[in-house]
Amino acid sequence: MKILFFGSLREQLGTGELELRLPDHVQTVSDLVSTLKQRGEQWQQGLGQGQFLCAINQVMTVDTASLSDNDELALFPPVTGG
Amino acid sequence: MISISVQREDFDVGEEYQRLKADCRTVGGIALFTGLVRDITGNPLTSLQLEHYPGMTEKSLQATAAEALQRWPVADIRIVHRIGELKPGDQIVLVAVSGEHRAAVFSACEFIMDILKTSAPFWKKEVYRDGEGHWVEAKTSDQQRARRWQQD
Repeated sequence: MKILFFGSLREQLGTGELELRLPDHVQTVSDLVSTLKQRGEQWQQGLGQGQFLCAINQVMTVDTASLSDNDELALFPPVTGG
Repeated sequence: MISISVQREDFDVGEEYQRLKADCRTVGGIALFTGLVRDITGNPLTSLQLEHYPGMTEKSLQATAAEALQRWPVADIRIVHRIGELKPGDQIVLVAVSGEHRAAVFSACEFIMDILKTSAPFWKKEVYRDGEGHWVEAKTSDQQRARRWQQD
């Protein structure tokens, strides 16, 4: 699956895009975020602090939503356009 | 009719206005809002970096405009939002709505701006003269304004 990061979160993590196979034990966005946090201190910090929003296949959703391997998941801070 | 552009280039308010004006003979009024880059922090601003989520941003703006068309009797909706590096005084966003009567075009225009600010995936980073950068944080006052439009 594809995971995208935007704004301050992208900067904190040092990457805007990640391609990975969805691990077997991962069912929801929140499960995946827990797995990502294990990638190192930067990830632990970036995903551990503050509030961020998520979208699956470009539709806003909640972190209890289920994921499948062909999804595009995006994680980002609250939006500030306009 | 809805027209959405997310672009690096600047836009010409006069041209956008003329296009809406020419589009329909039954148009009795046009409301236009433009948002600008302002420099109000203590630390002088050199630029504003605007990031978006290609694909989702356009869909989000399209959905907001479609909701406005459903809620108010308006004719055309035009949204232009810039991305990339902007300078103080630059234009960021244009929302223009045409229709038969002013009440509907005012409301639709304000609705679109309020929803855009709280749901369209854009992120702003301010870069100051001393080289420091700061990601703009979402405001609760914007959330409150957007909530006013929620229907029961």
